[in-house]
Amino acid sequence: MPTMTTHDTSARVAPSNAPAPEVPRLHITDLGRDFTTRAGVTHAVSGIDLDIRVGEFVALIGRSGCGKTTLLRMIGGLLSPTTGTIEVDGRSLWRGAQVDPTAVTKLGFVFQESNLFPWFSVLDNIALPMKLRGVGKAERRARAADLAALVGLTGFEKSYPRELSGGMRQRAAIARALSTEPELLLMDEPFGALDALTRERMNLELQRIVLETNSTVVFVTHDIPEAVFLADRVVHMTPRPGRIRQILPAEFEKPRSVDLQTTVEFNEIVRKLRHDIDEEE
Amino acid sequence: MSRNRAIKLLPWIVTPSLIVLIVVAWQVIVTAFNVNPFIFPPPGEVWEAFVSLLTNERAWAATLTTVTEIITGFLIAMVVGVVVGVVLGKLQWLEVSLRPLIVISQVAPKVAFVPLFVIWFGFGLTSKVVLSALLAFFPIMLNVLLGVRSVEQGHREVMTSLNATRRQRFTQLEMRSLLPYLFAGMEVAIVLATIGAIVGEYLGGNNGLGNMVVAAMNSLDAAMTFALILWLSIIGLVLYLIVNELKRFFIPWHESVYGLRNTSA
Ligand SMILES: Nc1ncnc2c1ncn2[C@@H]1O[C@H](COP(=O)(O)OP(=O)(O)OP(=O)(O)O)[C@@H](O)[C@H]1O
Ligand SMILES: [Mg+2]
Repeated sequence: MPTMTTHDTSARVAPSNAPAPEVPRLHITDLGRDFTTRAGVTHAVSGIDLDIRVGEFVALIGRSGCGKTTLLRMIGGLLSPTTGTIEVDGRSLWRGAQVDPTAVTKLGFVFQESNLFPWFSVLDNIALPMKLRGVGKAERRARAADLAALVGLTGFEKSYPRELSGGMRQRAAIARALSTEPELLLMDEPFGALDALTRERMNLELQRIVLETNSTVVFVTHDIPEAVFLADRVVHMTPRPGRIRQILPAEFEKPRSVDLQTTVEFNEIVRKLRHDIDEEE
Repeated sequence: MSRNRAIKLLPWIVTPSLIVLIVVAWQVIVTAFNVNPFIFPPPGEVWEAFVSLLTNERAWAATLTTVTEIITGFLIAMVVGVVVGVVLGKLQWLEVSLRPLIVISQVAPKVAFVPLFVIWFGFGLTSKVVLSALLAFFPIMLNVLLGVRSVEQGHREVMTSLNATRRQRFTQLEMRSLLPYLFAGMEVAIVLATIGAIVGEYLGGNNGLGNMVVAAMNSLDAAMTFALILWLSIIGLVLYLIVNELKRFFIPWHESVYGLRNTSA
């Protein structure tokens, strides 16, 4: 077992250094983003209101082009909003087009492509965020090795990213995002490129890691069962303009096993989402 | 597996065989057609000239001169090329406004400037170093410029999401993704630097291997001319291999290096 900071996973309370429980981890009000292109103005995202509690796992789902990535990039400090506000632990993330660096330090971003640096070994990739924060070499190497173990990459620390499979690269990217112990983990279709079986295994591993580190997660996916399996709440978005159509709770006990996917309650939610997404045209 | 090994061994068999074949054909043609050795000497004579060259102290002094010119010119081209390439890569407005000038100076036959360089810098080392640096400068500068522009957007976003400072962006990302481009430029540049130094010596001064080539030609010593060309080729090869070895050392992760080690074809 890895020697990472292990929180009591049954408790849904914030760690002692976090703000008072009534402040949500993420507080989004009237968020919108337009893109101006030759074709005209696209309202990629519009009028989003969303609160996410500490330790909550929220999945974003919806048709291609409904603004999931745009929303996540705004939360991640990569894209400035046209309207509205985002607060992380009560602190405003954006000041106009400028991002607040102290708010960004609380975030971890996992991209659709692993985006590992090909010139670094797996270990150095995982350690990069700590390096940028000035953590000493010995300490960051030790912690990166623990994280590699956490995501099941022991034995591959010295490999270059090109020597890994797609799933292993994604796991390394997750370890990199976890290395700063982010309070909010943002993931954009991290398992989109994986086959069904690997994906299922990654889902179980992600669940274990998230419970072990008590992270708050916003997870974008196209896969309805994946969303229901992982999330406490599934946010269903509709395109043009990208809005929240409905938020469905998926209140199953954690940790969840693959058997959950055969239960009536689980399939009820999956069916409803599939039906609702299907009927939009 | 065994096919892989076979592919890797192939050049070690083919190259020597081809060289032997060429030498034999050379000898056969020279003998069969009774070619005047002043025009086309047989391989044996060239070999003798080559051995006498390597035992001649003046030749070694000339070699030192030429190699010094090549390396100095190459290093100047590296420093200037990297700086100019990075600056132009970063400041798009500057690159756009200078682009016509860059294209013109790139296509201009720089060898034609040698007489001017002789007037400006004299018959000594300097004029050769300048030509060598000038020829080597463009591939380095253009590759670095391309490299600066070719940093992956996804990698940039990783650095943004990690709150990286400008300096960190440069040392951890931009500089490193630039290296394969720099080495691609360097591999071309070292060859051009060699050409620059030798052509410079052809056209001015009384030093270096280029000058010895001219001297051998003037005394109608075809065997020695061939021997010098052989020697210059070996020097060029060694310099190229050094650059190639540096590349293997500095970017072992890159396709151009890694792929060679792990061909699965
Ligand atoms: N940089 C951009 N410039 C112009 N338009 C953009 C840009 N990024 C996104 N858009 C537009 O915004 C809308 C939402 O895009 P977004 O990438 O957020 O969708 P998505 O829900 O992530 O889709 P997918 O599931 O296919 O990844 C699309 O209509 C897209 O054309
Ligand atoms: Mg997307």
